[in-house]
Amino acid sequence: MEIKVLGPGCAKCKKTEKLVQEVIKEAGIDAKVEKVSDMMQIASYGVFGTPSVIVDGQVKCTGKVPKKADILSWLQK
Amino acid sequence: MESKTTLPVQNGGKINKMMALNLLMGAIGIYLWWTIYRVLPDLSKWLTYNLLPIKEGSHLGSSVEFFFYDTPKVMMLLFLVVFGVGILRSFFTPEKTRAFLSGKSEFVGNIFAALLGIITPFCSCSAVPLFIGFVTAGVPLGVTFSFLIAAPMVNEIALGLLYGLLGWKVAAIYLGTGLFIAISAGWVIGRLKLENHVEDWVTQANAVNLTMEEEKLTWNDRFVYGWDAVKEIIGRVWIYVILGIAVGAGIHGFVPEGVMASIMGKDSWWSVPLSVVIGVPMYSNAAGVIPVVEALLGKGAALGSVLAFMMSVIALSLPEMVILRKVLKPKLIAVFVGVVACGILFVGYLFNMIL
Repeated sequence: MEIKVLGPGCAKCKKTEKLVQEVIKEAGIDAKVEKVSDMMQIASYGVFGTPSVIVDGQVKCTGKVPKKADILSWLQK
Repeated sequence: MESKTTLPVQNGGKINKMMALNLLMGAIGIYLWWTIYRVLPDLSKWLTYNLLPIKEGSHLGSSVEFFFYDTPKVMMLLFLVVFGVGILRSFFTPEKTRAFLSGKSEFVGNIFAALLGIITPFCSCSAVPLFIGFVTAGVPLGVTFSFLIAAPMVNEIALGLLYGLLGWKVAAIYLGTGLFIAISAGWVIGRLKLENHVEDWVTQANAVNLTMEEEKLTWNDRFVYGWDAVKEIIGRVWIYVILGIAVGAGIHGFVPEGVMASIMGKDSWWSVPLSVVIGVPMYSNAAGVIPVVEALLGKGAALGSVLAFMMSVIALSLPEMVILRKVLKPKLIAVFVGVVACGILFVGYLFNMIL
């Protein structure tokens, strides 16, 4: 599973990345997390707001810090 | 609160129960809010003159009383406004706003963009992806700017605080003039045909439009959304509010009546440009500026100058320019700052003249 967290590095983006890492650890899911902070790359995903979370190429959330329960539900499919 | 979001949607009975509980809690909350709000003037007097050894009528007393009165008052107003706007915002997303704006003609588009800029949830660190998303979807450059100017300029926090501290007239003037500047500045930028001053990679960015299933929000989710907004925003701005009120309290107690009238009064032609020049490099958020504004007005500063000061503090900021530099060439940034500053000057002079 490939997870990308998009965000230029503001407080919310860092928090999102931390939450994703925590969920993976707690649930024991095998996934690669990548933080994308380059503006051009972020733009190429066609998202509007940061932080955004992308799981296996699917945009799961944009413009807000997701809740842990929500992150877990994206990863358990 | 967290458990509420994961409620099974199909379980209608449970949702209705939650809804009733939410409404009941809301009603109790509003009653408590109102009761506390009403005793604040007496409470602040009691704290200042009975609990602390401060003489009534002294400079220090009037500063401390201002501080004890304004801090809880501003916090309570913020709470109410942020919660209400949070619920309202849960109906809007940048995606929907873009879809709505991409078909609009220039002038009408500027008006809608400015209005949507107020209510669409978006944080300034998302300005770049949002800008690209708008421009590549065919939203005209000027219309995009109307959105980007209105978003920080007409701020729900500022609106709520102005209403609470200075009355509905000042709040309405702020809303009207803020919208006017966003609409007209965006329109001017659109007329100047500066599309080639957007960084080249923006238009070349082939934004793969990833589809995202749209969330269905229940009323419960919207309450949670509003509550999250309260925690997030108040957690972020409370320190600015207290600093702002402390500065305001200092002005209120120690600056003699009328001093501000000579510096920021309506008779000196240079007071408006001076307010803008001081305001632009300052970076605070609306919640911190308004207590200062309240104190300045109380000391005889003219409304136009104060409005100009406030708008330049919150609408034009260096961090935002640095972020936008990634997508805009220097000349377009200069035009952006210049046009918005002109709009603010115009508003400042207008109100010093007619009031």
